[in-house]
Amino acid sequence: MTRVTTAPPPEVAMLAVAGKALAHDSAVKHVTGRAQYVDDVREPEGTLHVVPFGAPIARGEVTSMDLADVMATPGVVAVLTAADVPGRNDCSPVDFDQDPVLSHGDVEFHGQALFAVVAETRDIARRAARRAKLVTRTAPPIVTIDQALEQGETCLPDYTFTRGDAATALKGAPQRLQGTFLVGGQEHFYLEGQVALAIPGEDGDMYVLSSTQHPTEVQHVVARVLGVPDAAVTCEVRRMGGGFGGKESQASQWAALAALAAHVTGKPCKLRLDRDDDMVMTGKRHDVRVTWDVGFDREGRLVGYDVVYAARCGYSADLSSGVVDRTMFHADNAYYLPECRIHSRRMKTNTVSNTAFRGFGGPQGMVGIERVMDAIAWQLGLDPLDVRKRNFYRPGADVTPYGQTVGDNIVLELVEALEASSAYRTRRREIAAFNARSPILKKGIALTPVKFGISFTLTHLNQAGALVHVYSDGSVHLNHGGTEMGQGLYVKVAQVVAEEFGLPLEAVKITATTTGKVPNTGPTAASAGSDLNGMAAQAAARTIKGRMIDFAAESYGVDKDKVAFRDGLVVIGNETISFGALAKKCVLARISLSSTGFYRTPKVVWDRPNGTGRPFYYFAYGACCAETTIDVTTGEMRVDRVDILHDVGRSLNPAIDIGQIEGGFVQGMGWLTTEELVFDADGRLRTHAPSTYKIPVASDVPADFRVALWAGENREDTVYRSKAVGEPPLMLAIAVFNAIADAIHALRPGAIVPLDAPATPETILRAVKAVSGGE
Amino acid sequence: MRRSIRFLRRGRVIDIADLAPMTTVLDWLRLGEGARGTKEGCNEGDCGACTVVLARPKNGRLVYEPVNACILLVGQLDGAALITVDDLAAGADLHPVQAAMVKHHGSQCGFCTPGIVMSLFALYHEGLRPIDRRQIVDQLAGNLCRCTGYRPIVDAALEACAFPADDRFTARQSEALAELTALANDGAALVGSDETFFAVPRTLDEACDLLVRHPDATVLAGATDVGLWITKQLRELPKIVWLGRIEALREIEARDDVLRLGAMVSHADAYCALAAIDPDLGEVMRRFGSKQVRASGTVGGNIANGSPIGDLAPALIALDTTLHLRRGSTVREANLERFFIAYGKQDRLAGELVTGLTVPRLRPGERFRALKVSKRFDEDISAVMGAFKLTVDGRRIVAARIAYGGMAATPKRAAMAEAALVGLSLEEAASWEVAIDALTRDFAPISDMRASATYRMEAAQALLGKAIAEIAGADTAFTRLVGQRPEAVAAE
Repeated sequence: MTRVTTAPPPEVAMLAVAGKALAHDSAVKHVTGRAQYVDDVREPEGTLHVVPFGAPIARGEVTSMDLADVMATPGVVAVLTAADVPGRNDCSPVDFDQDPVLSHGDVEFHGQALFAVVAETRDIARRAARRAKLVTRTAPPIVTIDQALEQGETCLPDYTFTRGDAATALKGAPQRLQGTFLVGGQEHFYLEGQVALAIPGEDGDMYVLSSTQHPTEVQHVVARVLGVPDAAVTCEVRRMGGGFGGKESQASQWAALAALAAHVTGKPCKLRLDRDDDMVMTGKRHDVRVTWDVGFDREGRLVGYDVVYAARCGYSADLSSGVVDRTMFHADNAYYLPECRIHSRRMKTNTVSNTAFRGFGGPQGMVGIERVMDAIAWQLGLDPLDVRKRNFYRPGADVTPYGQTVGDNIVLELVEALEASSAYRTRRREIAAFNARSPILKKGIALTPVKFGISFTLTHLNQAGALVHVYSDGSVHLNHGGTEMGQGLYVKVAQVVAEEFGLPLEAVKITATTTGKVPNTGPTAASAGSDLNGMAAQAAARTIKGRMIDFAAESYGVDKDKVAFRDGLVVIGNETISFGALAKKCVLARISLSSTGFYRTPKVVWDRPNGTGRPFYYFAYGACCAETTIDVTTGEMRVDRVDILHDVGRSLNPAIDIGQIEGGFVQGMGWLTTEELVFDADGRLRTHAPSTYKIPVASDVPADFRVALWAGENREDTVYRSKAVGEPPLMLAIAVFNAIADAIHALRPGAIVPLDAPATPETILRAVKAVSGGE
Repeated sequence: MRRSIRFLRRGRVIDIADLAPMTTVLDWLRLGEGARGTKEGCNEGDCGACTVVLARPKNGRLVYEPVNACILLVGQLDGAALITVDDLAAGADLHPVQAAMVKHHGSQCGFCTPGIVMSLFALYHEGLRPIDRRQIVDQLAGNLCRCTGYRPIVDAALEACAFPADDRFTARQSEALAELTALANDGAALVGSDETFFAVPRTLDEACDLLVRHPDATVLAGATDVGLWITKQLRELPKIVWLGRIEALREIEARDDVLRLGAMVSHADAYCALAAIDPDLGEVMRRFGSKQVRASGTVGGNIANGSPIGDLAPALIALDTTLHLRRGSTVREANLERFFIAYGKQDRLAGELVTGLTVPRLRPGERFRALKVSKRFDEDISAVMGAFKLTVDGRRIVAARIAYGGMAATPKRAAMAEAALVGLSLEEAASWEVAIDALTRDFAPISDMRASATYRMEAAQALLGKAIAEIAGADTAFTRLVGQRPEAVAAE
């Protein structure tokens, strides 16, 4: 039976444009192929093409690099090496000086860029690059987390949250369980690969079109590499063909190489990575070994908890500090951990440097405690949902291990609403009946919550700027520091500005993000895009609107509160004129109709050395009930039905928000099921193309997929009381993973199912054999 | 001899006389024509962002099929009409598929969207009405979207395909058919020189003559594999002989006892004929690549390239298929099983062509099963694929022919297991173990990114056990997650 239902979104009362389920601003351009991505922009005449070449070894050094044949290839204009870098040869995001744009000779991962060919066509450059003659000296690489643990190799110091005395609590607990499992990484697989076009200007200026979530960082890295002031570099991005965190820090290297090529040749230069190179050369989600030890009472309530997350960071730190911190911040998910130790290790390996990916470490944190909840339930013979509910944050048990009070807790109400709407209890009984008569196919069900902290934990990133112009015809030019990667940020912010001016959405012109208009921005990340940029743009619009009101009140001789903006009109006392007419009058009266807007998130403080504070402005909540069927002979798995209830506060755009929820869920489902990154013993990624790395396709999405928005508003004063939505839904997919474990558990009730992620057929079959075979 | 490639684009004949043989349609569009609506996502025919549609006359009507432009060579457009995402809307008037995508919020980042629109455009014109979710997700198996989770795209397709096709393309269908029929009379073409060319023979004789003169030429069928030699391996293929316009190689002959397939019958065209032998063969074809790959790829090409895991080969070996080959004027037959000599090595001489294959139908008492395990159900290469033909007499197995893909360097029969099966009773499940165990003597699979050796063996054994159990009467509603056989579906 096919049944796709989406609950009607709660209408946001009183608002004319914000809160409406409007189409993505580029929807028509998307479907007609008219939306331009960096590679679609008509190149300036004489544009050259840059292709990097990656190291054929994972660890060691290149002792000699003979590039004569490369250079001699007809059509090749230049070959770039580390020696060509005029500034600092480093594209690391946080100035660690660990990520050379081009290697100096040391190799730390397979595929690390050694040189780059600049040629008249991309095809010439790709073919020429393979003519290099390299001599290498290979050292044994550290590839896996376990190898790094054995050798004690880390790229950042360990970090711990503690509350009380977990060790003593564990010793005294009525019941105790321990376990360890692996959670795999994930390739972003944005459909548009990494790309940048650098156009040299006068005085050493560089104009860079980049597919990046972080234009400010691209600007800074390009300036650093070229050895010019930040002001000499402008970075622009109209849209990305997907980002998911993979273009937060990972876009910089390719923009820097394009800019370096433009600097060396004096010509516009474009670099677009081939898909295989992209997958080999750019970072991914951290894979993690979770090792846990839990003490609990006979009702399944936690008494003590000790968990260690060992994350594979790859060869350099990149964003791993924040990512693994966020793993720790979500080690509790929605549960109160009384006495606990949350310990993290940041393992260094000879693999590509892992980076931001939707959820930014949070999903790995959550998956740990959700597996623990199942284990407790299995041990006690309870329904896992009951164990979950008994451990939720609640009055008197509402402080996180890092000292933040969970003040906006709705998890129990939300979970119980979904428990009812998904008919969880009835279906659990039906599943038990099915399993009793089905020896090969076994079903499982799970209902898991999500509580996700919203704000950058690096506090200074919680700022945003906007620039708004009103022209004398009443049309509005909107610019802000957030970037559009498909998540609908541009349309949401435009809805806010249209709302403020009482204009239809079409009156607001959305323009490309550029460091030349709004400087010093943070990345579009941490789900915070509309929270931050929506508020900044609202501030800019309100400044202009305030000036227009002042002018109107004065020139019409009415009180300011008698001036109202709606439906493209301005009501001034008893008169009504068009918005454009008022704008024209303002310009003639020499009133400025341009303003910046700025926003910084209030209330957030974080003392990292002491592991305490309020790192998050608020939490976003959600829950998911998933039903799966597995084949216990082959390990194959199908997701049968998914019900989701998710909290976006008062939605700025329910259509966009539902799109984020569904898309995030499916991406999370891929992470935990079919998407497997396989590195061989030599450190080579063997799954470097969609032929071998399998993201979900249409048929993997359950035919019965029901998504509804929680009716509520943000307790905090966010833009129209909305909540962030980019990342939290990804973690709804943990329910699928737990439902698979539940199906395996049906083989031998009471057994603790040892299931690693991703739950590929092979992994599922291994767990099936472990459960059927004994302990 | 024609010295140009001729195809239709926007109602006009495009004549290309100056062509680098390896040029892909995607590069021609984006770099040559400057039409940048069509995107490059993976450059290996897997993600579908570059999907374009080819319209070709088949049996007197116009057939629209989606193909991956990134691994399709420009020469392969010869005789077809090329339709891209740039062509659908008339100014501000969106095509029904595009309008439904906008209405249902079917795009987020928008990068996969042109390909998805083109796949749905092909579905819209395929004419299946009423359409259901199953048909739509099959259509989309070769279109990766990383943003939406597909639900709104499926909804858009349900709406757009709710009514019979009625658009600008149906309005000028007869003109388009006439234009293409005119191209169908074009003779053989060779674009380039004796050293480097793209050749389009129109008869088997022409093809064989060419290959005798140029035994070093690359024989091109659908380019779903050869395309990657160009885009990923960066091989130089100066001489290409494409067989796609030889009508004799596209014939399907359904006889009572056998099915004859010309080598250039596409997977899409072979689907119904193969499914008629057994529903599991239909399921093998449904899960084979994607709609785009099946529209381009051919049964002969799939055999001739000798993939160790090609799903078709084990199924056809289990059915005791005979291969037909020709070199110059010499024709011969080969048993398919013996065609695969070693990894990457087939029993095919330079300049020799696979011209077709003969697949025996199931005879009374013969039962067939084909089962595939992969990380993802659709558009994935098998970790293990097993094909089983058991001959039963009453409740006893009297003969067995079993072949596996993914278990050895070539598709290979399981001789030990076959021998062990003979004489076993379908009533005694415990007795089957001897045959299942025998697989460990038939195969020593390898570990790779798709599966470990251990898992491959376990899965191969599980598939054999499942096949016997099903033949013994187990309801596939309780043995399979996908591809339940019609009798099980009917029983639900």
